[in-house]
Amino acid sequence: MTVLVDQNTRLLVQGIGTEGANHMRRSIAYGTNVVAAIHPRRGGEQQDGVPIFTTVDQAVRDTGANVSIIFVPAPGAADAILEAHAAGVPLIVCITEGIPVLDMVKVKATLRGTGTTLIGPNCPGVITPGTKTRVGIMPGDVFLPGNVGVVSRSGTLVYEVVAQLTGLGIGQSTCIGVGGDPIIGTRQIDAVRKLNEDPDTKAIVMVGEIGGSAEQEAAAYIKENVKKPVVAFIAGATAPEGRRMGHAGAIISGEDGKAENKKAALRAAGAYVSDSPAEIGTTMQRALKERGLA
Amino acid sequence: MKLHEFQARDLLAKHGVPVPGGRVAATPAEARAIADELGGRVVVKAQIHAGGRGKGRLVAAGETAAMFQKLTTDPANNSGQVKGERVGGVRLADTAAEAEAAASAILGKHLVSIQTGPEGKLVKNVLVAAQTDVAKEYYVAIIIDGAKGTPLIMASTEGGQEIEVVAHNNPDAIVRLPVEAAAGFEPYVGRMLAQRLGFAGDQATQFTRLLEGLYKTFLATDASLVEVNPLVVTTDGTVLALDAKVTIDDNALFRHADLEAMRDKDEEDPLEVMAQDLGVANFIKLEGNIGCVVNGAGLAMATMDTIKLAGGQPANFLDIGTVNDPQRVVNALKVILEDPSVKAILVNIFGGMARVDIIAQGVIDAHKQMDIKVPVVMRLVGTNLAEGEKLLEDSGLPVVRAKELGEAAAKSVEAAGKVA
Repeated sequence: MTVLVDQNTRLLVQGIGTEGANHMRRSIAYGTNVVAAIHPRRGGEQQDGVPIFTTVDQAVRDTGANVSIIFVPAPGAADAILEAHAAGVPLIVCITEGIPVLDMVKVKATLRGTGTTLIGPNCPGVITPGTKTRVGIMPGDVFLPGNVGVVSRSGTLVYEVVAQLTGLGIGQSTCIGVGGDPIIGTRQIDAVRKLNEDPDTKAIVMVGEIGGSAEQEAAAYIKENVKKPVVAFIAGATAPEGRRMGHAGAIISGEDGKAENKKAALRAAGAYVSDSPAEIGTTMQRALKERGLA
Repeated sequence: MKLHEFQARDLLAKHGVPVPGGRVAATPAEARAIADELGGRVVVKAQIHAGGRGKGRLVAAGETAAMFQKLTTDPANNSGQVKGERVGGVRLADTAAEAEAAASAILGKHLVSIQTGPEGKLVKNVLVAAQTDVAKEYYVAIIIDGAKGTPLIMASTEGGQEIEVVAHNNPDAIVRLPVEAAAGFEPYVGRMLAQRLGFAGDQATQFTRLLEGLYKTFLATDASLVEVNPLVVTTDGTVLALDAKVTIDDNALFRHADLEAMRDKDEEDPLEVMAQDLGVANFIKLEGNIGCVVNGAGLAMATMDTIKLAGGQPANFLDIGTVNDPQRVVNALKVILEDPSVKAILVNIFGGMARVDIIAQGVIDAHKQMDIKVPVVMRLVGTNLAEGEKLLEDSGLPVVRAKELGEAAAKSVEAAGKVA
C-alpha cells in the first residue's frame, strides 16, 4: 500500500503550456502512467504521444484518468480545479502559484465533504518513488524508494530533505508537498495522517514554516496517534517578525506563528526537532537507529 | 498591497459603511478648505502605511533614527504628547485655521512611530475628517482563516488599542465568527455579533449594516484584511467606522486595475520596489551582509536560518521562483548588489520547476554585465544540473562551489568575513 499515488495512478495533465508539457515529459520519463492532457483548443491532437482532450470530463470518460495535475495559470486555476472535481477526478494536484485567496475560498467550499482530495495549490506535488509515480514538478533523480514519508509546505525544502535522506541511503515511501498558500486542500495534519496510516511508511519527516497554526494542529495529532518516529523542521526561525516571507501567512497567527512555539509543540508531541535545515537527514538517521528501525 | 486610510475609507463608504465626513489634503490650504466645509471641528491625520500614528513624533528627515530609538527604548516617549500638547501625527482642531496649522505641522515631515522603523515615513497627505464625540469604541476586522478556508470576522469591545495587545492580555474579549462561503453574509452574522458585543435595538441594526458593508468591501476588493479600529458609537447613538485599514491580496491585483493604481511606492522599501520593477517579486531587505538568491520561499527561509546558525547574517530574503530567463538572475544580483553592506552572495538553488542551467547562465551573464567584486558561493542541485555545471566550468568564473546546504552557508559566512 502507498499514499495518494502509485502504479494505479492514471494521470491527466491540465495546462500543457511550456512548464506543463515539460513536466509531463519528465513524469513519463520517470515511469508515470500519463493518459491524457487537456487543452481547450487542441482536442484530438497529441502532445508527446499523450492524447489531448478539450475537457476533463471527456478525458475521464475516455481514459479512466483518476488523478489530475494542474499547471493552468493563476487566473484560471480555480476554474480548472472545479472542472476536475465536476468530472469526478478523486485526486487533484494543483501546482499553480499565485491563485487569489478568495478563489480558493470558493474551491474549498465546493470540495468540502465531497470526497475529492486536493493537494496544493502552490505545491511541488506528490511522488511515490517505489512505484515510479511522479505527480509533480520535483527532480525525480534525487528520490530513492524506501520507507520514510515526507510532508512539507515548501517545495524546494522537500527536495532538500530528500537529497539529504537519499545521500544517507534512507529511501522514501511517498513525499507530499502540501503547498504554501493560506488556503490549501490538504493540510499538514491530513498528510501526516495519511502517512501514519500507511503500512509502508515507517517514519515521517514534517517540514513546516513560520506563520499560521498548521504545525500545532499536526503536533496535536502526532501526540495522540503517531507511534512512528517523526522528524520536524520549521523554516524561518531567524526571519524578522511582521514580514511576510513569500508564503507565510503570518497575519492572524500571532503566537502560534512563531517558529519557537511550533518547535515546542512538536517537541512536546515527541517529535525529533532539527534546528538546522542541513541536519534533517542526520536527525532522521539518529531517530531510526534509536527506534531500532535502521 | 497596503492602502492608505483615506483610500480604505473611500472604499468602505462606497460599499455602504458610514464614515465621518472628510477628505484627503496635500497642502495646509486644502486642509483649511476641507475643515471650513466641515464646520471647523476636525481631526487632521497623517497618511502613512504604518500604525501608531497618534503616539508617534514628527521630525526632520535626518532625525528619524534617533527618534525611533527614543520611542522604542522608553514607553513614556511613545504618547504623542509633550506637556499635554498633541505632537504626533493625529491632531485635533476646533477651527479651520487650527486645521491649517496642524496640517502645516504634519505635512512634509517624517513621522516616526514604533511601527515605522528607524527610517520613519514622509507624510505627503493628511486626512481631514469631522470630529466625532465617542461614547464607546469597538474593534472589527475581516481576514481569511486558512484552517477553515473561509473569511473570518473578528470583533471586540476592546476597541482603540492594538488587537495584538488584546489577544495577548484578554483573548476572551475577541469574538471570532467564520462566514460560510457558500451562504455569504446572512443577517444572522450581524445579529450574533451585535448581541455578543452588546449592541441592542437600532444600534444593532446599524452595526449589522456596517458589518455587511465591510464584508462587501472584503469580497469586492479581494482584500486579505479589512479592519476598523476603532468602530465607534457616538454620543448621539450613531455607529461609525472611525479608522479604516484595507490590504489587498497581491495575487488578485490582476483583476483590479483601479486598486493597483492606488499603490504608493514611496511607502515601500526602495530596494524592494526596484526588485519588483525588475521582476524579482519576492525580495525583502534585511540587516545582514550575505546576499541570498534562492528558489522557493521555504528553502529561502531555511537558507537564512543556516547562515545564522553558521554565524552570519543574511542581507535579504529572496525567492527567485521558477526562473526561465537568465536575465531574472542578473536582475536579482543587481538588486542585491545595490546594498553596500553585502560582502558575499550565496546562490542556493534546488531545481525542480526551476532549471539549474538557467541560474548558472544568469550568474555568468551578471559577471559580464556588472563588475561583481564580492565572492559568490554557489550550491546547485536538481533539474539540468549537469548542463549548469558545464556552463560554470566553461566560463572559468571564480565562484566558490558547495555541495551541501550547511557547507554552502559556512563558505558564504567565511567569504563575507574575508572581504570585511
